[in-house]
Amino acid sequence: MAWTRKILRVNLTAGTCTPEPLNMEWAALYLGQRGLATKYLAEEIDPKVDALSPGNKLIMATGPLTGTMASTGGRYSVITKSPLTGAIACSNSGGFIGNEMKMAGWDMIIFEGKSPKPVYLYLENEHAELCSAEHLWGKSVWETDHLLHNAHQDPQLRIACVGRSAEEGCLYAGVINDIHRAAGRSGVGTVMASKNLKAVAIRGTRGVGNVRDFKAFFKATQAAKAVLAGNPVTGEGLPKLGTQVLMNVINEVGAMPTRNMREVQFEGANRISAEAMLVPRESDGKPNLVTNAACFGCTIACGRISTIDPKHYTIANKPEYMGANGGLEYEAAWALGSDTGVDDLDALTYANFICNEDGFDPISFGATVAAAMELYEIGAITKETTGGIEMKFGSAEALTRSAELVAKGEGFGRELALGSKRLTEKYGHPDLSMTVKGQEFPAYDPRGIQGMGLTYATSNRGACHLRSYTVSSEILGVPVKTDPLTTDGKPELVKAFQDATAAVDSSGLCVFTTFAWTLEDIAPQVDAACEGGWSPEKMLEMGERIWNLERKFNMDAGLTAADDTLPKRLLKDAAKTGPAKGKVNELHKMLPHYYEIRGWTPEGVPTAETVSRLRL
Amino acid sequence: MLKALQLEPEKCTGCLQCEMACSYENEAVFNPSKSRIKVFNFHDEGRFAPYTCSQCSEAWCMHACPVEAIVINQQTGAKEVIEDVCVGCKVCTIACPFGTGNYNSDSGKVIKCDLCGGDPACATACPTGAITYVDADHTGLARMKAHAGQSIPKN
Repeated sequence: MAWTRKILRVNLTAGTCTPEPLNMEWAALYLGQRGLATKYLAEEIDPKVDALSPGNKLIMATGPLTGTMASTGGRYSVITKSPLTGAIACSNSGGFIGNEMKMAGWDMIIFEGKSPKPVYLYLENEHAELCSAEHLWGKSVWETDHLLHNAHQDPQLRIACVGRSAEEGCLYAGVINDIHRAAGRSGVGTVMASKNLKAVAIRGTRGVGNVRDFKAFFKATQAAKAVLAGNPVTGEGLPKLGTQVLMNVINEVGAMPTRNMREVQFEGANRISAEAMLVPRESDGKPNLVTNAACFGCTIACGRISTIDPKHYTIANKPEYMGANGGLEYEAAWALGSDTGVDDLDALTYANFICNEDGFDPISFGATVAAAMELYEIGAITKETTGGIEMKFGSAEALTRSAELVAKGEGFGRELALGSKRLTEKYGHPDLSMTVKGQEFPAYDPRGIQGMGLTYATSNRGACHLRSYTVSSEILGVPVKTDPLTTDGKPELVKAFQDATAAVDSSGLCVFTTFAWTLEDIAPQVDAACEGGWSPEKMLEMGERIWNLERKFNMDAGLTAADDTLPKRLLKDAAKTGPAKGKVNELHKMLPHYYEIRGWTPEGVPTAETVSRLRL
Repeated sequence: MLKALQLEPEKCTGCLQCEMACSYENEAVFNPSKSRIKVFNFHDEGRFAPYTCSQCSEAWCMHACPVEAIVINQQTGAKEVIEDVCVGCKVCTIACPFGTGNYNSDSGKVIKCDLCGGDPACATACPTGAITYVDADHTGLARMKAHAGQSIPKN
């Protein structure tokens, strides 16, 4: 088995760290990471609990393949109830913290209660200790990382922590690990900070040695790696251009949400695209992109490492931003760029650095700035509200100043830190919030990609592309091409993607592998590592079980079918240009059938038969 | 033909597949902390560099060892630690100018690269070709070719 069979329970109120055995009956049904931690959370907290109260819990969870040689086997997730959406939150991150937790001998860590004073967890193999973090409170992610490495005199320590934005209550703060990898969405970092938990510092030297059948595992992982290497997206596009490979593609198909989703194509896309990141700049002759980089065990290596133009206004006299750091991924480039109308690549890269430095989600942040820009345009907010910032679409200065303010919880940044739903409600224009269940949209306009409308509306964590990335099918033709402009077959497609993705997210592997892998590639790797006979069919059924468990959690938390919807703009205002010109998202054609094939009532509630079939 | 590990840092993505392959080959566990090859991340420069024993001809470690626990494998040219002989005194780790021999506190012995007996697992596992196992007399060949292509005029 590739589980360590051990979890660490950290009671922050009492200041105790207690090992306990992993519930293997649940592991057989939910595998690990997203699925298994959701099961623990659903069993242990009242779904109606205030997300920022001590009654909420926060779980850091690995999958059984985390810390193995399987390609991309370094993922971990942070599972909690979201303060942004009031729904289940599960944010996934790569980097090197998940494997380190596993190497230290732990499948997951459950944090409960609230520490009376700021603390961090120091975990060295079996040794777990809560240490004072009073000297770290008020420090950025980067400073915290530096100070902890120095304090422990251990360059091999892996650190996940929250930045100042989380401490200041930004509702979309994430947990950042390894300087620039993020469990970014839904405010999981906000929950961590609300518990006075600043950081988790881990050193694991025990390793992962207990795969079920090593020969079979080696064979399955080798074969799967060959599939990734031979695929044009995972073997060539992603390493060379990163997820930013999508910028020009999505813009051309007319699904690039622009200026708070008023438009579906951005005239500046080619100036902030992957290709633009390769062009040498005038000042120093170097391009934005320094290199690609891998997370633990990843043979794709889509990560971007970038520098900002040393002559750019954002970093004049700021040497701390002149080195290489985590660069723009597509979602960040879109939210910070196209959605705000800003086409200044260096300003976007700087804003992205700030998001990493102080730990907040560039998608929700960029989309909230976009909403604020529209509020400003219609006069609902003024320079008085913004503290003097001219919040105009296309203003790089407005974007970068906003990032600095959210990072430290200062001035107008405190309002931007609420997210676009609360911000637009406060100023009387809730229709201008491009969110589902309070979470901001990612980078695909559902008028140009119909399936993504259903994806967003039904996502258990609010608007999200990583719950069912039907873009794969509708635009890229993976695994089969479907027409992005019709709703035919989309409920089935969305359900299949949702279930498969939930399974991948519970394994320790990265969902980006699914540009090349199906469950036929993934199941043999899981099966060789774990007892239980993990066939593709069993993985898919498990994914469906997880999806329904999350749904049930949300229903118990008070969400209803009325929350499975999209902003009016996407349902009423037709796309103005591109292939989707004249189209709105036809959610009403998809949603009832989706409920039906899910085995839910017309009110979106799982029927007794579904609950029993899935052994919930 | 004697072969050697060729390291090309510009191709490295920092994925650590080599460290896992090494630790599994030698310790039957996926455990970078027990790997004989290490990948370093020069974060602010955006560079990664794999590094391990270069199998010096006049190996400092071998000469320093007071109990002759480090011997030459005649087939591969690797300087290998004979575990049964090693007393864990760590003098070789001090003698090595490159830091590539290290103490393993679990076993009480020193571990260093032994080229896996002539089939290095790190080279097999590397997905980008940053680690290859090539003719020991021509580890510069790829770079030589690249420069030759640049410096010799085309017709």
